[in-house]
Amino acid sequence: MPFKNSIVVKFVLVISLFNAVIFALTLGYNYYQSRVILQHELESNSRNLAMSLVHRVETELAAVAKVTEGIARSLETSPHNERELLTLIRSSIEQNPEISGAGVAFEPYAFNAASHLYAPYFYRENGKVSFRRLEKAYLDFPYPYWDWYQIPRELGKLEWSEPYFDEGAGNILKSTCSVPFYKDTASGKQLKGIVISDISLDSLTQLVSSIKILKTGYAALLSRNGMILAHPMKDAIMNETFFSIAEGRNDPSLRELGKKMVRGETGFIHYQSLVGFSSWMYYTPIPSTGWTLAVVFPEEELLENVRKLSMTMMMMGFAGILLLTLAVIYIARKIIKPLRLLTGATDEIAAGNFDVELPATQSKDEVGELAHNFQVMRESLKDYIKNLTETTATKERIQSELKVATNIQASLLPRIFPPFPDHPEFDIYASMVPAKEVGGDFYDFFFIDKNHLCFLIADVSDKGVPAALYMMVAKTLLKTEGQRLGEPDKILSSVNNILALDNENCMFTTVFCAILDITTGDVRYANAGHNPPLMIDSHGVRYLTPKPGLMLGALSGTVFVTERLTLEPEATLFLYTDGVTEAKNPEDALYGEERMLKALQGAPRDDLAKMIHFISSDVAQHANGAPQSDDITMLAIKMAKKRTA
Amino acid sequence: MIWYPNQTRRQSHLLISWIFVLLLAGFLLPRLVAAGTLLKSATLMPLWSPQAQFAGYYVALEKGIYARYGIDLKILRAGPGHSPADALQKGTTDFAVLWLTTALQHRTAGTHLVNLAQINQRSSMMLISRKTSGIQSIGDMEGKKVGLWEGDVSIPPRAIFARNRIKVREVRQSHSVNLFLRGGIDVTSAMWYNEYHTIINSGIDPEELNVMFLRDQGMNFLEDGIYTMNKTLQKDPTLAAAFVDASLEGWRYAFDHPDETLDIVIKYMREAHLPANRVQQKWMLDRMRDLMMPVRPTGKMGVLAEQDYDAVALVMQENGLIRKYPAYRDFVWRADAVQK
Repeated sequence: MPFKNSIVVKFVLVISLFNAVIFALTLGYNYYQSRVILQHELESNSRNLAMSLVHRVETELAAVAKVTEGIARSLETSPHNERELLTLIRSSIEQNPEISGAGVAFEPYAFNAASHLYAPYFYRENGKVSFRRLEKAYLDFPYPYWDWYQIPRELGKLEWSEPYFDEGAGNILKSTCSVPFYKDTASGKQLKGIVISDISLDSLTQLVSSIKILKTGYAALLSRNGMILAHPMKDAIMNETFFSIAEGRNDPSLRELGKKMVRGETGFIHYQSLVGFSSWMYYTPIPSTGWTLAVVFPEEELLENVRKLSMTMMMMGFAGILLLTLAVIYIARKIIKPLRLLTGATDEIAAGNFDVELPATQSKDEVGELAHNFQVMRESLKDYIKNLTETTATKERIQSELKVATNIQASLLPRIFPPFPDHPEFDIYASMVPAKEVGGDFYDFFFIDKNHLCFLIADVSDKGVPAALYMMVAKTLLKTEGQRLGEPDKILSSVNNILALDNENCMFTTVFCAILDITTGDVRYANAGHNPPLMIDSHGVRYLTPKPGLMLGALSGTVFVTERLTLEPEATLFLYTDGVTEAKNPEDALYGEERMLKALQGAPRDDLAKMIHFISSDVAQHANGAPQSDDITMLAIKMAKKRTA
Repeated sequence: MIWYPNQTRRQSHLLISWIFVLLLAGFLLPRLVAAGTLLKSATLMPLWSPQAQFAGYYVALEKGIYARYGIDLKILRAGPGHSPADALQKGTTDFAVLWLTTALQHRTAGTHLVNLAQINQRSSMMLISRKTSGIQSIGDMEGKKVGLWEGDVSIPPRAIFARNRIKVREVRQSHSVNLFLRGGIDVTSAMWYNEYHTIINSGIDPEELNVMFLRDQGMNFLEDGIYTMNKTLQKDPTLAAAFVDASLEGWRYAFDHPDETLDIVIKYMREAHLPANRVQQKWMLDRMRDLMMPVRPTGKMGVLAEQDYDAVALVMQENGLIRKYPAYRDFVWRADAVQK
């Protein structure tokens, strides 16, 4: 389950990867910059090296050129006879060890009219100075047509020849410095001949070849034609030009480079060396000959240290990232561990076990805080649930008590119908549906003597337990006072006075109280602020209009009036509380007295229970499931048919 | 099976004798060949020191083609100071490579030499100037310094100048191109297969040069051909025929195996202590192939066409280089004539 700790994996991935990227970028930049710095240093180093080499070569070449020039000027300024000429040449070679051969080659008939060609030449041979006549040495190809003669002759200036092998003198590589000299004539300057000084290039090429730059770097020397004079590729020396190599390798860029070199340019370039490795090359001309000296620095070796350093840094970085990863794993695990324990604990808590042991954390960080808060939360939850349990228990107890109260209240109201089976003169039916467990509405009926039935309906101004208790008092008072006084107005006045006496809670009750003479159907009634009852007889259904009267308990000393009516046989008096007419549907529309009147007109009249149930169901239909805030109480009393017998 | 010791001994005796004879033959034969008892000795002097211009001869020698044709050939040293025409005349060489112009001059001067084969079918000679000098045509060379080789080689350019009626400042040029490279002359004579490439490989691009082939100026002065003295030919026509056939076969082999050929040529160059530049030699060999291809559909490798011969001879006569010239049939000896 390696991905269970997904936070650890994320931590490791993000931190390690970012670190690796940052490190790689840093390393790359470092490598690049090192290269740039190295290249800068290299450029000045290679320039210094090349310039010092050029300087050494140039010094030698300049000395030889100076000597040659000296002879030429000397021959121009004063006439020399043969002996003087030979002494001059000989001394020049004897005094200048770098000169391997020197001579003066005259134009045809310029030395004297007798000799066509004349070219005395001294040269070193086995440590001695020997003498030769060039006009005799080159019979097949007379000296005036050799490059060393012809080029300065045509150009009229000092020239260094292209290096060549002198087969006569042990096949050594030589270059000749040639200086033309003139005679002033009437028609202007006239060429008399060419003074030549040879130098052996062996020491020069050896000097260049001896340059070792690191392990594989080297110096090279090219002639004006691009001919290779000194180079590690020994076979190419005096055989290949830079351009023939370029052609052989089919490399136009090499040819372009060669052209820059032979043009006498100076440059520092990165290129693939002729030997085949990537290198830096600095090339610069040797001014007097126009040859090119190049120093080649192998890039691989130059960068070896940088590369090594980079490798070391890479290894270190790798190890560092590895360590970092381990550290991240450690820290992440340390952070995750209490979280994981917490998760386990919360699973338990979620399952309802609040007594599970929460992991102890010593850390003061966010996780520690979280664990601590969790601990507090658990305690709070525990307390809350405890309270809730207690409250629920209390509520349940109250509920059950209320249920008992409901039963008691219900049992207080006469509920056995027909209540007086031995009195066929009338019929009576009543129902009360309390809005809460216990209600404030009540009804009652009882005989106060043999022929007089007292019946009443009442509505306590409040609901619930207080109303129920008040109702108990009111009902008891009404019954005892009813039986004692026997007149509705007196009953109400008396009960009102008693209730109003200690009415600290300001509770009231409306009452409609009536006494029926069951023999005649005469009804005496008094109203204490209750809804007017309805009369259902042969004339139809109508509201009575009793005097309103004040509610009981409001004001002591209130006077009530007894009114009279007579219930015809089969006439019904219908009493109700406002819970009926004020029953609300979900749209808060009241049931209303109009609708009740209509309902009663259509209700069955023979059976009072059916009539009341009809009204109840009509109210329920109107309410359409909306909870009712008031008790719904109805009472109906009906005189029987007149007995014929 | 019965064992017969005597019979076995007799058989082995016979075998040993045979081996002895074979060994003797194998040992002696090359000696005899080397001593020339079986092969005819002959010498060849090329026009110049060893280079791919003569690859066919060196390859034929090296690959034993001459030996196969019954010739024990020796290629003589050539180059500066060696004149193949003189060597022919003096009899120091049996065969020589000569330019047609040279051969004609010598022939009209009384040296009875004969063209055995014409190797180059078109002229490779050119006049090169730098574009910066503004020389666009032969006419532009008026008064300019023009490098010309000494000797017969300068005949074609001189003929062109004469025909165009211009006067140039002739400067005798050596075998190096340095005089031209340094600016000592405005125009240089060059061979396509050699000096032209040397100039290119001294760092001057073809685009920087104006190049005029003499053959494009109506001067198809055919160069390398194989010549021998008439008396040598009369003495042993089969040898001459064999030499020509072997040489041409050598050339064909050279073109079919350029790398091997270059190895052989460079080997001879090194032996002669010459700068050996493979790229240069490859260029030369490739150009020789171009130059040896017959110009006309009816042409044949190694055969001097009569109209080419007449054209060259006529120009030379017009320019006063020769007074009259021998008839084509007299000058050219056809190798296939031997078979007749």
